[in-house]
Amino acid sequence: MGTAENLLEVRGLKKSYARGGGVFAEGGGVRFAAVDGVSFDLARGETLAIVGESGCGKTTLARMVLRLIEADAGEMRFAGEDLRAAGGEKLRALRRRMQMVFQDPFASLNPRMRIGEIVGEPLAIHEARLASGERRERVAAMLGRVGLEADAMRRYAHEFSGGQRQRIGIARALILRPQLVVADEPVSALDVSVGAQVLLLLQELQSELGLTYLFISHSLPVVAQIATRVAVMRAGRFVEVGAAEQVLARPEHAYTKELVAAVPAG
Amino acid sequence: MQQLLDVRGLTVELATAAGVVRPVDGVSLRIAAGETVGLVGESGSGKTMLALALMGLLPTGARVGGEAWLGGEAGAAGGASPAPTEGVRRNLVGMGERELRGVRGREVAMIFQEPMTSLNPVLRAGEQIAEAIRAHEPGLPRAEVRRRVIAALERAAVPEAGERARQYPHQLSGGLRQRVMIAMALACGPRLLIADEPTTALDVTVQRQILDLLDELRRGLGLGMLFITHDLGVVARVAERVAVLYAGRIVEEGPAREVLGRPRHPYTQGLLAASPRMERGKLEPIPGTVPRLTALPPGCAFEPRCSQRRAECAAGMPELRAVTGEHAARCVLV
Repeated sequence: MGTAENLLEVRGLKKSYARGGGVFAEGGGVRFAAVDGVSFDLARGETLAIVGESGCGKTTLARMVLRLIEADAGEMRFAGEDLRAAGGEKLRALRRRMQMVFQDPFASLNPRMRIGEIVGEPLAIHEARLASGERRERVAAMLGRVGLEADAMRRYAHEFSGGQRQRIGIARALILRPQLVVADEPVSALDVSVGAQVLLLLQELQSELGLTYLFISHSLPVVAQIATRVAVMRAGRFVEVGAAEQVLARPEHAYTKELVAAVPAG
Repeated sequence: MQQLLDVRGLTVELATAAGVVRPVDGVSLRIAAGETVGLVGESGSGKTMLALALMGLLPTGARVGGEAWLGGEAGAAGGASPAPTEGVRRNLVGMGERELRGVRGREVAMIFQEPMTSLNPVLRAGEQIAEAIRAHEPGLPRAEVRRRVIAALERAAVPEAGERARQYPHQLSGGLRQRVMIAMALACGPRLLIADEPTTALDVTVQRQILDLLDELRRGLGLGMLFITHDLGVVARVAERVAVLYAGRIVEEGPAREVLGRPRHPYTQGLLAASPRMERGKLEPIPGTVPRLTALPPGCAFEPRCSQRRAECAAGMPELRAVTGEHAARCVLV
C-alpha cells in the first residue's frame, strides 16, 4: 500500500452486526456480515461507483470510509495516512478533506436553518477564525457555482425544489474544498430531467476542482454516465470490479450479468 | 378490443391558498381489455391525481369535471361472480360513495409504489386480502374466503401461499409485499388495474419479476392496465400505448414504439435525452424545473423550458395535433 496516485486505499474492510440481537434475543452470537472483506484503491480524480441492490452493504461501506461508523477489521489509508487509527485532531483534519452528498435532499437539510447557515456551517466549524464577511462571500460563491442565486442564502430549505436542495447539499459538501466526495444515491430521489442536471453538475465540479468520487448507486444507467470504474457488490463483497465500460458492457460475473439484464431498456 | 375505460376531458380542480389549481386538465384516454397504457410524467405532472380521480379517492374539496366511462360487457377476470351492476356503462365522475365502493376492488383496483405503507402492519397478509373479499361479499363462508385468499396469492405467484398468508408485512421482502398487494388488488376480479409506480421502490432484479408477473396477469386475465411511471425504460417494457403528462395535460400520446422512438414533443424528446442509458453518452438535462400549478405560463406549459420555442408558443396552449394515425403531440411544430 501507499502509491501517491491513490487518494484512498482500503484493505479487507469488515463490519458485522448481531442478527436478531438485542437484550431479549435467544441464543445470540449469530452475526450478519454487512461488509465482508472489501478491498479497493481510489485513484485521485477518478470516480469509483459501487453498485448493488438494497442490503448489499454499499451504504455501510461508504459510512465506514467516512468514519461515520467504525469498521471491525481492515485497513484504510487516506492520502497515505492511517485513517482507521486517526483520532482527535488528526481525524478532524482528515474529515474535512472528505465529505458526503446524501440521497434525500428533503431529509438532509435542517428545516430551521437558512441556506446560508447550512452551507456555511462546515466553515464555522473548521475555519472558525474566518471573518463573517469572508465566510458569507465564500458561501455566496459556492452557491453560485452550483447554480443557485445569491439570495438563496436568506431562504429556507422548504422553499426549494428537490433538484435545488440537492445543489444546496453539494454546496455544503464542497465548501471546505474536500478531496474525496462520497455521494450516496445522489440522484435517485430526483426526477429524470433534474437528475441529469445534478449528474452533469457533479461531473463539472469534479474536473474543475479535481475531486475524487466514491459514488454509491443502485442504478446501472446512472453509474454508466459518471463512473470511471465500477465495483459490483453483493452480500458484503465485491463480486466484480473493473473499468466502467468493461463491467457494464461485458460483465463477467453471473450476478453482474443478471443486474445488467434486468435494466429496462429505454 | 373491448373498451374498458373511456376518459374524456377529465379535470381535477383543487382550492389552494394561492387560488384554484388544475393538477389534471382535460385529460382523455382509453384503455381496452388486455391492454397496458403507460402514463409517463415527472413529479407534479398530475399522474397520481389522475389515478386517484378515477378511483374516487381525491381529497375532500377536490372538484372533478369531465367523464370517465367504465366498462361495457362483463369481464372474465378472477373467480368472483359478476357484480349486479356490471355490464352497464357508467360514469365514474360524479358517482356516489356507495356506488364507488362497489366499483373499487370489484371493477377497478389500484396498486401503489410502496407496499409497506399501503399494507396494514398489524394484520397478517392473508387477513388483509380476506378483508378485501369480505367487503364485497360479506356473507361468504370462512372456508370459501380462505380458499379465495390462497388462490389470489397463488395468482400473484407467491410461493408457499398458505405460509405467507399467515405472515405480517414486515416479515416479507419488498418483492413479496408487492405480490401481496397485487393479490389483494386482484382478489375480487377487477378488469382494470391502475398501477402507480409499482416497481419504483424495488431492486432491478425484483422489478423485473414484478413486471413479468403483471404482464402475465394482463394476458391471462385480459386485464386492462394503466401503468403510471416516471421511468421511460419501464414504460417501454410494459406499455403498448403511452401518454406523456406535463403540468396536468397530455402533451404526447400514441403507440409506445412511436412516442419513445420518434418523439415529436420537445418535452418527450427532452425526457429521453435526460434519461441515463447503459451506454455512456452526453446527458442533456432539460433546463429549469416543472412550473408550479399556481404560476403556469400563459401559453404552452413547457414553453419556458423549451429549446425549440417560437413566439406563438407563449400565446396559447396548442391542441393535440395528429402526427400519424394514433400518434399525437400538443406542439405547434407538429
